[in-house]
Amino acid sequence: MFRNLAALVRYRGLIQSLVGRELKARYRGSVLGFFWSFINPLLLLLVYSFVFSYVMPAAKDERVTPFALFMFCGILPWTWFSSSLIESSGVLISGGNLIKKVLFPAEILPIVTVLSNMVHFFFGLTVLAGFLIYYQRPLSLTELAIFPVAVLIQLILTLGFALLLSALTVHFRDLRDILANLLTFWFFATPIIYPYFLFEDSNNPGDEAWQAHLLKLNPFTHLTITYQEILFFVGPVGHLRWLLLLGAISIAFFLFGYFIFDRLRDTFAEEV
Amino acid sequence: MNAIELRNASKIYQRYGNRRQFATLKSALLSRSLVRDLTPAETFPAVRNVTFSVPRGQTLGVIGRNGSGKSTLLKLVAGIAKPTTGSVRVNGRISALIELGAGFHPEISGRENVFINGIMLGLTKREITRRFDEIVEFAELQEFIDTPVKNYSSGMYMRLGFAVAIHVDPDVLLVDEVLAVGDEGFTHKCLDKFAEFKRRGKTILLVTHSLGLVEKFCDEALWMDGGRMKLQGDPIRVVGAYITDVEKSEEQQLAAGDARARQSAVTISPDEPASAVLPDHPIETAVAPADMFRATEGRWGSREIEITSVDLVGADGTAGHVFHSGDPLTVHLKLRAPIALDDFVIGIGLFNAEGVCCYGTNTGLEQLKAVRILGDAEARFSIERLDLVEGTYKLDIAVHKADGYPYDYHRLLYTFRVKSRTKDVGIYRLPHQWAFSSSIEFSKDDEVG
Repeated sequence: MFRNLAALVRYRGLIQSLVGRELKARYRGSVLGFFWSFINPLLLLLVYSFVFSYVMPAAKDERVTPFALFMFCGILPWTWFSSSLIESSGVLISGGNLIKKVLFPAEILPIVTVLSNMVHFFFGLTVLAGFLIYYQRPLSLTELAIFPVAVLIQLILTLGFALLLSALTVHFRDLRDILANLLTFWFFATPIIYPYFLFEDSNNPGDEAWQAHLLKLNPFTHLTITYQEILFFVGPVGHLRWLLLLGAISIAFFLFGYFIFDRLRDTFAEEV
Repeated sequence: MNAIELRNASKIYQRYGNRRQFATLKSALLSRSLVRDLTPAETFPAVRNVTFSVPRGQTLGVIGRNGSGKSTLLKLVAGIAKPTTGSVRVNGRISALIELGAGFHPEISGRENVFINGIMLGLTKREITRRFDEIVEFAELQEFIDTPVKNYSSGMYMRLGFAVAIHVDPDVLLVDEVLAVGDEGFTHKCLDKFAEFKRRGKTILLVTHSLGLVEKFCDEALWMDGGRMKLQGDPIRVVGAYITDVEKSEEQQLAAGDARARQSAVTISPDEPASAVLPDHPIETAVAPADMFRATEGRWGSREIEITSVDLVGADGTAGHVFHSGDPLTVHLKLRAPIALDDFVIGIGLFNAEGVCCYGTNTGLEQLKAVRILGDAEARFSIERLDLVEGTYKLDIAVHKADGYPYDYHRLLYTFRVKSRTKDVGIYRLPHQWAFSSSIEFSKDDEVG
């Protein structure tokens, strides 16, 4: 397993050009082309601003104003995570031709999916940066330093899920359908469209409702809170301990996902 | 030094029952049958105990019928499939011409696809840049290289895939029946490229149905049959043995087909029109169909004289269904006439697969005047040289009165196949000879692919 993992380094050129191909092919034939990577998150932000300002104004809590910007900080990484998972669940099946006919390490396919979604995440970040400047929310140097750590941990966690899902979906195609619903639930179980301190007693910090304990079991909670603390809230990043714990768990989970993938590897060519 | 080495390699595919196919995670979890469902209901050995080696610089041709395990064997050598038991070893860089353009993405241009495909096959970006022009020229796609691949014709797609794969500069080249990708000119270019590989001491494993190519091009041939190695050795000998075996099985198929046609010939009463039965079903009636030459297989007649058996006897003196162009052929007829008759004509008609009458004659046309037939009788129709082009032919055999009243008419009930090493066209090979003045020179060329 570790030998296969190490061999992946040799394929970095291939991964690089496949990610490039994914990005190029995605917008080929559309008029605006590459700009969609920027326009999409922008439109998303507009929709949320409209909904939460006019349709159903959120409870006035000045800590999360502007509310749209608050959500945007959580939605961008979530989009990277969820679309990576959905795409990678089908990637071995749609790339069956490659697995069956070309000598090709199959794990490259889910890896490319996660990475190309990461590139979209980065495009979205530039839009977010524009709004951060507009609302005059500067980042401190510490925050700038922690941000790549958070991205790296999310990358490792997402890769673990992507490998596991892509391998299992080959044998159980219905995972794809379950996954869409599971991700919707997961989305609402993550403090993205509501602030996590909703469950904290504001008079008595540290005394948390039972929901808060449940939220903490969700790995993505800690990523989201970290992103929000870095990008949205003013003040120090208080969630660093949790983030580092999640980092350790993510590495373990990645290894677990890769282990399962490696075990099932030989069955792919026959099953896809 | 062997470039390819297989030792007792077997590949067993697992065939799951229907139950497994529709089993889902939910049902697997609910019925706790996850483990049971993942154990195969049935296994299918695609390649069994294959042991062979190809020394560096040699070319091995693998032949065999469909489903004999050729392609699986190639996948084992390519490393795409892992042997279930045994070992496969390959020394050097492999390029597999198995599925051409397998990694192409339809939305992006040929140029970008060349790069990505090349990297997939193990080249570096710099190597591809250096060979890029050569690749495009080989594929004959200079004008279209910046067009998205989805707009390519299938031939263009294949040519580009072929060009990339062949410019990988492999030590071991695996080829699976891919020479049919282009026109004559492109095929020749591919063959030239193979020859160049051979000259440069590369190892080639060639899976093909083109026996001529194996004879001409390979140092050794391997005949796969039912997943096993049947014969390995000198290409001419192996191909010869294979052809004989194919003929034997064709022979059996034709014999079975003829038997089926005769058995299923349904008897219909004389007052019922022949068209009442299924049009393509052999019919058996007492009277001839109104439009006799439009009728399909069938049998009709009063049976005052009956044709009891028809055998096609070839050069070796035994009855068969597969003959070689130019060989002698004799049609043995057995007849039976319960009462003596003096008005009869024995006729024979030869049709090709398109239904064209290649030749027809009868004793009446040849001025033989019938005098008497009684009891069991035999007749032989000997053809000195069966100079027909390759194809499937059917025979009409009939005994009737001079005025056409049928005693027993067998319409297209006997099938035989003619094999030919020459792929000439038409129906009949005229006996002929070429002669040239001294200013024209030819060298004898064996047939190519």
